[in-house]
Amino acid sequence: MTLQAELQNEAPSKLSVQHVSKRFRSGGRAVHALDDVSLEVAEGEFVCLVGPSGCGKSTLLNIIAGLEHADEGQVIADGAPVKEPGRDRMMMFQESALFPWLDVLDNVLFGLKLKPNLSAAERREVAGFYLKLVGLEKFQHGFIHELSGGMKQRVALARALAPNPRVLLMDEPFGALDALTREQLYGDMQRIWQQRKKTIIFVTHNVREAACLGDRVVLFSPHPGRIREQFKIDLPRPRDINSVELARHSTIITAALKNHARGEGESAE
Amino acid sequence: MKRLLKIILFFAGLVLVWEAFYLAHFWSPVLLPSPLSVGRYLWSAACDGTLASATLVTLRRLLIGYVVGLVVGLPLGLLTARFNVLNDTLGLLALGLQTLPSVCWVPLALLWFGQSEAAMFFVVVMGTLWSVIIATDNGVRNVPPIFARAARTMGSRGLHTWIKVMLPAALPFIVSGMKQGWAFAWRSLMAAEIYVTILSGFGLGSLLDNGRQLNAMDQVVGIMLVLLFIGLVADKILFSPWERFLRRRWGTAR
Repeated sequence: MTLQAELQNEAPSKLSVQHVSKRFRSGGRAVHALDDVSLEVAEGEFVCLVGPSGCGKSTLLNIIAGLEHADEGQVIADGAPVKEPGRDRMMMFQESALFPWLDVLDNVLFGLKLKPNLSAAERREVAGFYLKLVGLEKFQHGFIHELSGGMKQRVALARALAPNPRVLLMDEPFGALDALTREQLYGDMQRIWQQRKKTIIFVTHNVREAACLGDRVVLFSPHPGRIREQFKIDLPRPRDINSVELARHSTIITAALKNHARGEGESAE
Repeated sequence: MKRLLKIILFFAGLVLVWEAFYLAHFWSPVLLPSPLSVGRYLWSAACDGTLASATLVTLRRLLIGYVVGLVVGLPLGLLTARFNVLNDTLGLLALGLQTLPSVCWVPLALLWFGQSEAAMFFVVVMGTLWSVIIATDNGVRNVPPIFARAARTMGSRGLHTWIKVMLPAALPFIVSGMKQGWAFAWRSLMAAEIYVTILSGFGLGSLLDNGRQLNAMDQVVGIMLVLLFIGLVADKILFSPWERFLRRRWGTAR
């Protein structure tokens, strides 16, 4: 593969989650994490999964990544069932999961070194390209502990983008950041998503964040984890997290979230 | 430069206090030699080559045993961390044997191997091996699971994950285990060398014991100073670079 081809974006994936169920034991208690969840994600779509903790949204993300297996049902990525993790589906975590023994550049190179048919110089070029994309090219020789939380997540984003995946799976990537840093990253995220069209599945419990980033917001409810409602967000981009229009959308979604939570409580009584 | 000056002043002060005690004649000069006579002994031992050859014998024993302990212990530690069966068997054995003061291997080694290099080698390996296994095992278990998950999504599998992720991630623990193993090996080797004379080579331990037998306190103190110096240099050469690396990469929090 040539460098030019490498830097060209891979076509985004079409994902299909079909009747996925998952149970596991946690602290001696059976948890019904996902119950018959089905979801279609179009090529290049930005989908946000929202719900209270324990609703199985992270579990679903892990299943799509291939890190966990569904008890029933399956995930189809571009026509092929997902069996194990693959470079076409990269994942970003709440804790950056960057490797402290490597510097910033080597962290971004980690996935690239596992990609065949690239010379060392080409890999460096690719890594440099993505560090520039996230605005950290000056920090390529920095160490992880020297970076702020926001910078760490930018490096993690560059590392996830570098192997040129077709899907980006993000598990509350901005959950541990302060509000100001998060706002900057919303802007960056939208810019980068428009430049490098990926299919993105983004897990969060922040409704406003979901409405700001997603084409669609999928609402989950817990015990067992199910999809309750879906909202299309057709606001123009780039979106401002503080805009009134966006607030209107997130108010509706928050109301629905509360409504489902209440319904849940009543049925339990 | 100022720091160096302070260090020199401190140790010069110590020697002066020592000399003052000697001159005060509180103790018989047989029990407390002057710094000068210790220096004279060291000078003569250095000139006639006994010091160099004893140091060489001791360091060779130490390094060979230590390296073998490391090379065997590291993979065993990885294996006990990876396989529960090995953890319940070998891991438990290592934990037990690690609590055994390594000096206690000396009598057994002498009965098994006689007064030979093999006995020395055995004692040093026993001092090193168990703490390296325990530290590696412990280090791997403390690696955040998210590192391995992140590596898997990037296409890392099996051996690649172990060498490129688990091993470096466990490094802070492994280095402290290596340090502990070194300390145990060094102590038990000295005990073995003092305990018994081995004709294939006189180490620093035998020189020390030799000094006792001759009532030559200048020799005893002189050799102790050499041992202290070797310990200090080994720490600086063997472990300081690793510790600097860890501090630089992991930050000061660790």
